[in-house]
Amino acid sequence: MILAGGDRGGGPAKTPAAGGQEFQRDAVLLKDLVFFWPGQARATLRIPRFAVPSGGKCLLSGPSGSGKSTLLSLIGGILTPNAGSVTVGGQVVNTLAGARRDAFRGDNIGFIFQQFNLVPYLSIRENVLIPCRLSARRRARAAERGGSPEKAAAFLLERLDMAPNLWRRPVTKLSVGQQQRVAAARALIGSPPLIIADEPTSALDAEHRLDFLRLLIQECESARASLIFVSHDQSLARIFNWHVRLAELNTAGA
Amino acid sequence: MSRFWYLLSLAGKSAWNRKNTLVLVIFSIALSTTLLIGLERVRSQMRENFIQTVSGTDLVVGARGSSLQLLLYAIFHLGGITNNMGWDSVRRIASNREVAWAVPISLGDSHQGFPVVATTRDFFTHYHYQRDKDLRFAQGEPFAGIFDVVLGAGAARKTGYALGGKLTISHGSGRSGLTEHADKPFSVTGLLAPTGTPIDNSLYISLEAMEAIHLGWQGGAPLPGVHIQPERVLKFGLTPKSVTALLTGLKSRARVFAVQREINDDQHEALTGVMPGVALDQLWAMLHTGETALLLISGLVTATGLAGLVSAILAGLGERRRELAILRSAGASPRDIVTLLSLEGVLLMTAGVLFGLAMLCLLIAGLGPLLAESYGLGLRLSPPERGEWILLGGIMAVGFLASLIPALRAYRLSLADGLSVST
Ligand SMILES: Nc1ncnc2c1ncn2[C@@H]1O[C@H](COP(=O)(O)OP(=O)(O)O)[C@@H](O)[C@H]1O
Ligand SMILES: [Mg+2]
Repeated sequence: MILAGGDRGGGPAKTPAAGGQEFQRDAVLLKDLVFFWPGQARATLRIPRFAVPSGGKCLLSGPSGSGKSTLLSLIGGILTPNAGSVTVGGQVVNTLAGARRDAFRGDNIGFIFQQFNLVPYLSIRENVLIPCRLSARRRARAAERGGSPEKAAAFLLERLDMAPNLWRRPVTKLSVGQQQRVAAARALIGSPPLIIADEPTSALDAEHRLDFLRLLIQECESARASLIFVSHDQSLARIFNWHVRLAELNTAGA
Repeated sequence: MSRFWYLLSLAGKSAWNRKNTLVLVIFSIALSTTLLIGLERVRSQMRENFIQTVSGTDLVVGARGSSLQLLLYAIFHLGGITNNMGWDSVRRIASNREVAWAVPISLGDSHQGFPVVATTRDFFTHYHYQRDKDLRFAQGEPFAGIFDVVLGAGAARKTGYALGGKLTISHGSGRSGLTEHADKPFSVTGLLAPTGTPIDNSLYISLEAMEAIHLGWQGGAPLPGVHIQPERVLKFGLTPKSVTALLTGLKSRARVFAVQREINDDQHEALTGVMPGVALDQLWAMLHTGETALLLISGLVTATGLAGLVSAILAGLGERRRELAILRSAGASPRDIVTLLSLEGVLLMTAGVLFGLAMLCLLIAGLGPLLAESYGLGLRLSPPERGEWILLGGIMAVGFLASLIPALRAYRLSLADGLSVST
C-alpha cells in the first residue's frame, strides 16, 4: 500500500501513543516543505504534503542521493526547512528555538543509522542509555517501564537477542548485526513515540536483515511507536503498512 | 546540572579511550606547569628568604657606598668587600637616643669556606630573623673567652665540629690558598639552631678575637719575625679601629627615615644607612629583566604544550564526527557539543597541571636540601601562594580558551554534518 502525499492526511487520530500519551494528529506531518542545502541553487526537497499516521510503519525508499536522509534530518529538527512546516506528534518542530528543538528530538524521536551507530568509548549499556542521560522524559519513561533506566536497557538488549555475556565486550568488537541491535535498543529506550531508521539494514546480509527488521517492528509495536524506515530494498515493503517512494512525494526533481 | 556531569563523564571516557596519544600532551602541560610554578616559587621564596633574614634589623650602617653592596656583603656575605666604618661612628650611632640596639660586625676571614663574622655577644640577643624569631643555641652558649667560636647550624653539620672542638681561622675568604691563623686555635663553645638564613653557614667570634688574630699582621700577611703568643694577646688593646657594618634596631620603626637621614648627613664620617627592605627592592628591580625573560621562556613552553593539546583534540575530531552525530540525534544541542569538547580540553589541562604540581613537589622534596646547601635557597613544600595561584589560574584560563578552538570546530562540523556523516 502506498501512502502518497495527502491521501491519508486525517490519519487514525485516536491511536494511543506510547507511554499513555495520545497524539491528536499524525505522528509526522509535512506541509509545503521546501529545503535547499546551503549554497545549492536547486531545492533538494519540495514536498507539498506527507503524513505518517500515529502508530504507522512506513517504508521510505528512493535512490541514493535523492534526499531521504535530508528529509529525516528535517523531521528530526536537525535541519530546518526554508519554507513550510514540520509537525511531529502535534508539535510544529521547525519554529521551535534551537535548544528546544534538540530537546524535543531527544524526548520524542529514536534514531538508528546505517552504520557506526555506537560511541566507541562507551560500553554497550552506556550506549543504550545515552537518550536517558540527555532527556529527562526518556529517563522517566524508561524507569516507568523497566524499574530503572539500567534495567530497561538490559530488558531491551535481551529482547533484541543481545545475550548478557556480550555486554562486557567493547562495542568496537561487536559484529555489524550486533551493533545495529544495540543501536535499536538505544532508539527504543524510554519509548519515544517516533522511531526513525536510516538504512539500518544495508550493512547487514539478507538473512540478518529480516531478523533485525522483525525485532525492530515487534518492539515498535509493543511500545506503540510510529516508524519511518528508509531502505532501497523494495522486498521489505510487505512488512510495512505503507511504502512511500520519495520521488512520489518530492516535486523538486520535476 | 546532571547533563553537565554526564558530558563531563563522556569527556573523561573519551580522553581515557585515547590515553596513549594524550599522555604526551598531558606530560608537556605538566612540564610547563612545573617550570612556570617552580620559577615562581624560587623567585618568591628567594625574596622571602632575603627579607626574613633582615626583617629584625631596621638600619644597616656602613661606610659611604652602594647600599645594596653593603647589605649583600654585611648580611648575606655576597659580592664585593665594602670599605670599613670607623669605631668612633659605631659608638656615636649606638648612643643615638633613637637607637634601641646596635651590633657591629666585622668580616673578612673564613673557615673551610664559611665566612667568619666577628661581632659582640649582643648579636645573639638582638638579632632577629623572620620578623621576631630569636637566635637559639642548639648546644652551648655565646663566646666568652677570647678564642671562643660559635658555629651556625649548617657550618656545624658540614664541618662536624662538636662543643669543645678546636679549629683555626683562615685569613681572607675562599676555599684554598689561604694563610691560616694557625698559631691561635679557637674552641667551639656554642652551636646555633637552624634558621634558614646565612647565619647557618657562618662562624661567630668576638671583635676582640678578630683583632687578636691579626696582631703582628700587616697587609694580609704576618710580619716576619713578629709572633705574639695567644696567652699574651690580652695585654694589647683589642678594641677594633673599624668594622664592616653596624646593625641597628630603632626604638620606633616610624623614625627610620629621620635616623637614616641623620646617618647619611653625619658630620664626622661619610656613612650610609641602609633600610634592608628598600635595598632589596633595588635588587629585585635589577633582577626583574632576567625574571621576565625566564617567565617568557616558560610561557613559550606552556604555549607549545597548549598547541599540542589543541592539535591532539583537533586530530581526533575527524573520527569523532560520527559520535557527535549520534549524540545530536539523541537530543544533544550544538552547545552540548561545545561543552563536551571544551570539557575534554579542560580535563586534559587539569590532569597536566596536577601532574606538573606533583612533579614540582617531588623536585622540591628531592632537590630542596641540595639547593639549600649550595645556594642557601630554602625551598619549602607548601600550598601554592598568591602568585602561584594567579599563574595556575592563568594556565587554566588559557587552557580553557585553547580548548574552545577544537570545541568551536566540532560545533561547526556537527552543524554542517547534521545526522549524515559519510565516514
Ligand atoms: N551535509 C550536506 N551538505 C550539503 N549538501 C548535502 C549534505 N548532505 C546531503 N546533501 C545533498 O543533498 C542530497 C541528498 O542527500 P541525502 O539526503 O543524503 O540523500 P539520500 O539519503 O537519499 O542518499 C545530496 O545529493 C547532496 O547533494
Ligand atoms: Mg542517506
